[in-house]
Amino acid sequence: MQTERGRIIVQLIPQFVRLSKRGMAGWTVLIGSVIVVAVVGMTLLAPWIAPHNPIAINVGPIMAAPSSEFPLGTNHLGQDMLSRVIWGGSMVLQVALISVAMCVAVGVPIGLLASYAGGNTDKGTSLVMDSIYAFPGLVLAIAIAAMLGRGVLNMSLAIAVVYVPSYYRIVRSQVLTIKELSYVEAARALGAKSRSIILRYVMPNVVPSVVSVATINFADAILTAAGLTFVGLGLSVAVPDWGWDLTYGRQLLPAGAWWVIAFPGLMIVLLALGFTLIGEGLSELWSPRLEQ
Amino acid sequence: MPPFVEVNNLTKHFPVQKGFLEAMFSGKRDFVRAVDGISFSIKKGETFGLVGESGSGKTTTGRILVRLIEPTSGEIEFDGQPVTRMNAEEAQTFRRRAQIVFQDPAAALNPRMTVGNAIKHALDIHGIGSDIERREEVLRMLKRVGLTPPDNFHNKYPHQLSGGQRQRVVIGRAMILKPQFVVADEPVAMVDVSIRAQILDLMVSLKQEFGLTYVFITHDLATANYFCDRIAIMYLGKIAEIGLRGEVFKSPKHPYTVALMSAIPVPDPKHKPERLIPRGAIPSPITPPSGCRFHPRCPKAFNRCPNEDPGMTRITSTHEVACHLFDETKAGQ
Repeated sequence: MQTERGRIIVQLIPQFVRLSKRGMAGWTVLIGSVIVVAVVGMTLLAPWIAPHNPIAINVGPIMAAPSSEFPLGTNHLGQDMLSRVIWGGSMVLQVALISVAMCVAVGVPIGLLASYAGGNTDKGTSLVMDSIYAFPGLVLAIAIAAMLGRGVLNMSLAIAVVYVPSYYRIVRSQVLTIKELSYVEAARALGAKSRSIILRYVMPNVVPSVVSVATINFADAILTAAGLTFVGLGLSVAVPDWGWDLTYGRQLLPAGAWWVIAFPGLMIVLLALGFTLIGEGLSELWSPRLEQ
Repeated sequence: MPPFVEVNNLTKHFPVQKGFLEAMFSGKRDFVRAVDGISFSIKKGETFGLVGESGSGKTTTGRILVRLIEPTSGEIEFDGQPVTRMNAEEAQTFRRRAQIVFQDPAAALNPRMTVGNAIKHALDIHGIGSDIERREEVLRMLKRVGLTPPDNFHNKYPHQLSGGQRQRVVIGRAMILKPQFVVADEPVAMVDVSIRAQILDLMVSLKQEFGLTYVFITHDLATANYFCDRIAIMYLGKIAEIGLRGEVFKSPKHPYTVALMSAIPVPDPKHKPERLIPRGAIPSPITPPSGCRFHPRCPKAFNRCPNEDPGMTRITSTHEVACHLFDETKAGQ
């Protein structure tokens, strides 16, 4: 078992190094991965690396500018901003991960089955999906989150509903192309059942585009999660969160305390950028022309 | 001996997709008459050529023959069994007996399936042999289609192979179920010229080994002449002429066939053939010309041609043509 795991890791490393030899797209994925791994690592290690308790008040002076003692300053409650920034990604990351998993689990099977079946099933499903897609994402997420109430799962669900159509649409467009290709006809001529055609011939060819959509979707989910917290639909104030810091930071900005909003905002942008870079890079790497 | 495959008055009309508004305001639906009433029969062990331009309906006919698409109307009997009315079990048996080889080997192979698995899947579907036996069978087939050493090819993905090698895999996949009837849809059209002969030779040797009956679909007259025993010339969804290879090539009757034959290049610089080039382009299969479909382009068309659809006229016991010219002479006798 141990050697098996070792071998997988050893195989992964050359894959990773090889990315840098694949031109612009390879570098894009590489840089994106470094950003994401750094932010995720920071969040995971928060209990050990954060200098102060992120929710303890009056650990320092109120609204102190960045200094050597408090490198990112403090907020109006005297909380250490550096600790809050280090801790603050936890909820956003959880929500993004769960909502993306939900989207994939729902959007991909629906896309595969409905588009493969074609006809009225396809038309009906597309109508529903396009209706959801037509809503502005954040507004719909706010409405659903307000309805469901607080909590990581509820937030994830609210975000998942908004982004399921993206997966459905990308899967559908691929399935419509693939099901006309002769290898699907060949499988039918061999006597393969629809189930096996979908699982062995259609799905493996859809996965790459789903993965690249999923990584870009991570970025959207992070922004939406932060947005939900910003409008007050996030978790309680007792949980350190970049979204909350934005809310307070906005109020403190006129008083000149730019550091309260700037650093958490920067983290959100950075994380979203990391995922977007991975997604854009992967979709370019996996486009069939380059694979040849 | 009864024919192995008998096709009777086969038609396939594809509905034309219209825009939403157009569909709402015009009640009439348009159809592409891809195949419009063709009949022929194929003897066991024969290589039957379906020759025609693109859009003549030859590929559609081939796909209907192996049950990939349902015909609009008409009957197909395969070894005495009606192909269009089979239950699930009969259909699965039919799949083992009738296979198809596709034109574009790059599109005919799943890019994410190894060559070995692509062929083996056929055995998995029909539950033939144990897993080890299936693997051995696949290796044998790879060797048989000329992919040697088979162990090298077994775990390769299609994009790692050349076009000719891919087509060998496609042929191997069709042959693994030991079919009796194979529709080959332009099997060498997308293969490099230098290896066309090798692929055709492979198909000939497989035919001898398995006692195959082929339907060979092509637009290339030279290949058809090399490969086929009997040939049907298709034009806009109908058969213009059908006969033994020698009859169609040496004494073509239908003006369309004559035009096609005069277009075959002859490797002799002094040869100045009398070219009979049809006027204009091939008409739309949505609104095919009335009467004989070739009449707007036919150099010999006369007043009967736009008005009456010519039936098949027998020239010899094996040679038939759909043209009023021959209908007339016969009537005059």
